[in-house]
Amino acid sequence: MNNAAIIGIGMTSIEANKVRDTFADMAWEAVNKALDDAGMTIDDIDNVVTTSNDFWDGRTISCMAVGDASGAAHKNVSCVEGDGTFGAFYGLTRVLSGSYGTTLVTAHTKGSQSISSLITNASFDPIYERSLGMDMITACAMQANAYMHRTGTTSEQLAMVSVKNHGNAKKNPLSQLPMDITVADVLKSEMIADPLHKLDCSPVSDACCAIIIANGDRADKYTGKPVWIKGVSFYSDAFFFGDRDLSKALSLEKAAQKAYAMAGIKNPGKEIDVAELYDAFTYQELLWLEAMGLCGDGEAGKLLEKGEFAVGGRLPVNASGGLLSGHPVIAAGLIRMAEVVKQLRGEAGAYQVAKARTGVAQGVNGLCGQSHCVWVLGKDK
Amino acid sequence: MKNNEKTALDQGFENIEPMVFESKISVPYSWWAGETATHFLKSLRDDKKILALKCSKCGKTFVPPRKVCPACFVKNTDWVELSGQGTLQSFTVARRQLAAIQKKVPVIYGLIKLDGADTAMLHYLEGIAPEKIKIGMRVEAQFAADRNGTIQDIEFFRPV
Amino acid sequence: MAKKVAIVGTGQTYHKSHRPDVNGQELINEAVQAALKDADMTIQDIDAIIIGNMDHFEGINYVDCWSVDGSGGTMKPIIKITTGGTTGCSIAIGGYHVVASGLYDKVLIIGWEKNSESDTTGAITTAFDPIWDRLVFAGAISGLAVEAQAYIARYGATDRDGARVSVRDRKHAMNNPHAQLRKEVSIDDVLASPMLADPIHLLDVCPRTDGAAAVIMASEDVAEKITSKPDWIWTTSNRHSYSYLGDADYGRLTSMRECSQEIFKKVGIKEPRKEIGVIELYQPYSFAGIIWIEDMGIIGPGEGPQYIWDGNTDMGGELPINPSGGVISCNPIGATGLIRCCEAAMQVMGKAEGRQVPDVNFAISTGFGGCWWTDMILHGKKKPNF
Repeated sequence: MNNAAIIGIGMTSIEANKVRDTFADMAWEAVNKALDDAGMTIDDIDNVVTTSNDFWDGRTISCMAVGDASGAAHKNVSCVEGDGTFGAFYGLTRVLSGSYGTTLVTAHTKGSQSISSLITNASFDPIYERSLGMDMITACAMQANAYMHRTGTTSEQLAMVSVKNHGNAKKNPLSQLPMDITVADVLKSEMIADPLHKLDCSPVSDACCAIIIANGDRADKYTGKPVWIKGVSFYSDAFFFGDRDLSKALSLEKAAQKAYAMAGIKNPGKEIDVAELYDAFTYQELLWLEAMGLCGDGEAGKLLEKGEFAVGGRLPVNASGGLLSGHPVIAAGLIRMAEVVKQLRGEAGAYQVAKARTGVAQGVNGLCGQSHCVWVLGKDK
Repeated sequence: MKNNEKTALDQGFENIEPMVFESKISVPYSWWAGETATHFLKSLRDDKKILALKCSKCGKTFVPPRKVCPACFVKNTDWVELSGQGTLQSFTVARRQLAAIQKKVPVIYGLIKLDGADTAMLHYLEGIAPEKIKIGMRVEAQFAADRNGTIQDIEFFRPV
Repeated sequence: MAKKVAIVGTGQTYHKSHRPDVNGQELINEAVQAALKDADMTIQDIDAIIIGNMDHFEGINYVDCWSVDGSGGTMKPIIKITTGGTTGCSIAIGGYHVVASGLYDKVLIIGWEKNSESDTTGAITTAFDPIWDRLVFAGAISGLAVEAQAYIARYGATDRDGARVSVRDRKHAMNNPHAQLRKEVSIDDVLASPMLADPIHLLDVCPRTDGAAAVIMASEDVAEKITSKPDWIWTTSNRHSYSYLGDADYGRLTSMRECSQEIFKKVGIKEPRKEIGVIELYQPYSFAGIIWIEDMGIIGPGEGPQYIWDGNTDMGGELPINPSGGVISCNPIGATGLIRCCEAAMQVMGKAEGRQVPDVNFAISTGFGGCWWTDMILHGKKKPNF
């Protein structure tokens, strides 16, 4: 694949509570930053895809809140409900279909405006499950236990993900929670649901991200440095936890394999220089690394201990600080993509990974990583 | 527009304290269980029996029951009665009183694969100290005294 | 490599006000199985799935994830597109781009709603801005009444003109076994029915429905192997122009005008009234059937009532509208726009059974919703030549 590139990125800072900003204000900020980054005006945007979630936003037709601020009032526009990586996928197809030369993609949430436990409880089946009162945290805690039981990954290894990512966030001025913490700090923090301590969990945050996708002909027409889309794929697992093996991520394995194949990557562990993964919880970074073939099955914890995934290591993961340092749901995956773009352009400032040429970004939809979208991006055409 | 630059607009609003509007969406729901779920729930309520539904093509046995086999895409027609005993696939102990949890914490959630079923179901675990729970342990369903045709006609699962 | 795209199969449930015998994903499965049967395909043939509904009508978050048992989405790519009432058309437009992109050859598109499970007005009210609009919003019907009043004031139409549209669509529904409401009404019946918001009577508006629809789109590489009569998607357009109720130009549907002009210009259609064979219009209430076909450019401003009274939009007329009975005969909201797409496709493919319009070359299906939004698709019997 060499027909499309990301030519502009923009995002707000990630905060616990953007009390001054409505959804539209956040979109306005992110979209203008992306346009400035690309050296474009809104007239250069041929169509718009926004990404939002009605439950999180507390309004049905949640796209109505950001359409105007995204410049969509007199353009072709649509809305994906799901993580930003899925919105970007749809935005890409609207360019590859030949209908539009450029697509502006946005994704937003204001986690501060809702009670996340109730929002994610609503993902459970209303007849068989919802009244039990589980939410994303208890569900993922159950998955963490299954993963640790199968692979022997320890609580200490999970804690090291938190230490690494909060530490990385110190170099990212947009992150919400830059912190100097130790493994002991994580293990002493409040146990929310076994085995997940408070510092094993991401916060729920406010932010908006925007990216601009262009076809091959338009990619060089503006001043933004293009980063090429080499591969993209997404798959969903079964819905009921009891239909799945929670200790694995089969839909992610498939999505990653397909994205690598599109990109011509045969040995991802060697050929991927930088990764931004969906670390909503510490165990997820390890589980997703293994499922994506970026290390051996069950090995991620040990390799983390050896420093392989630190910024100076073999494969830096979440140099930006990841979601543990700030988790605006829905925008989350799009921000992963934007962070990989920064790395491949050499624009990641204090958290730049040296010589990054090929990167992978991943987004998640649904409970316990039911559905995954994987993007492979490249510096060179 | 760089991160640190303030626009003229920002400067004008600097001394204005943002207002917050508290509200709530109240949309009542009545979910149709459908015939398949109704049959399962009635069996819990009236007979204290857990049923599963088996695909006639691939033989996969589903709890919760599925009207159509997701793989074969044919209607499942064979109801199977299960013993109510099973094996624990995974669990968690909720310690913080998260908003969705209606019971008082600590609350133990389990993923239980019932004997005779190929899939597992979510429910509560009780009658065991959290430290003693082991993935792979044997559990069995405890039915509630008051049953109304919901998944909570099973009150919880407890160690065998 | 951009591909041309065709609809190769469609399916719908038999829509009803309540479907207590099935839950949501079982309802979805009925439509999916019907579409697969129509195309003579299996679920294994499907490369990707697009699904849409309006979350707050069923109260289920991450519906694309929840519904995989019914949609056939386990271990497949599945994505949710949702834009309110326009959803059914937006997902069809989504299917078009996903197939045209060349990334997936055969895409299944599903629209569904179980409106019986919630308070429809309560849910719709949440669409509007909580600070500015929501507290004074009195449900979808009041907004539509404002439009009708504005049109009446400008052009001198009456509620009899609206009633004539209801009579037409309810008569058309008699030919459609899938429609929910299958009982004819007379002008007097409509005018005697309870007034909801002046000038809109009960029989001027859509019901609420439990139903699902599914459409299979395929690329030009495979479409003609699947069916000898594919329905080619020539082009699509949409405008979600407004976010606040007070911004709209009441009495004229600006978004419809922008969409139809974009489509006709792209394809080179100069006289839509002559060149379009049939329209499946997302018409949530009767007056829209007058106003919006003017905005579509079929006839001039103010000419709608006479055009309709003359029988031009009835079966057998110059340009039949809503042979299916349209939205006022059946409205499972997340599916409704996709049902318009199904019905238009069936017309082009010659599969419209007792409601077939003869010799359809071009058909139009539309979506409506949100704050005076329009989505639109041009269907054609011949493969697009651009």
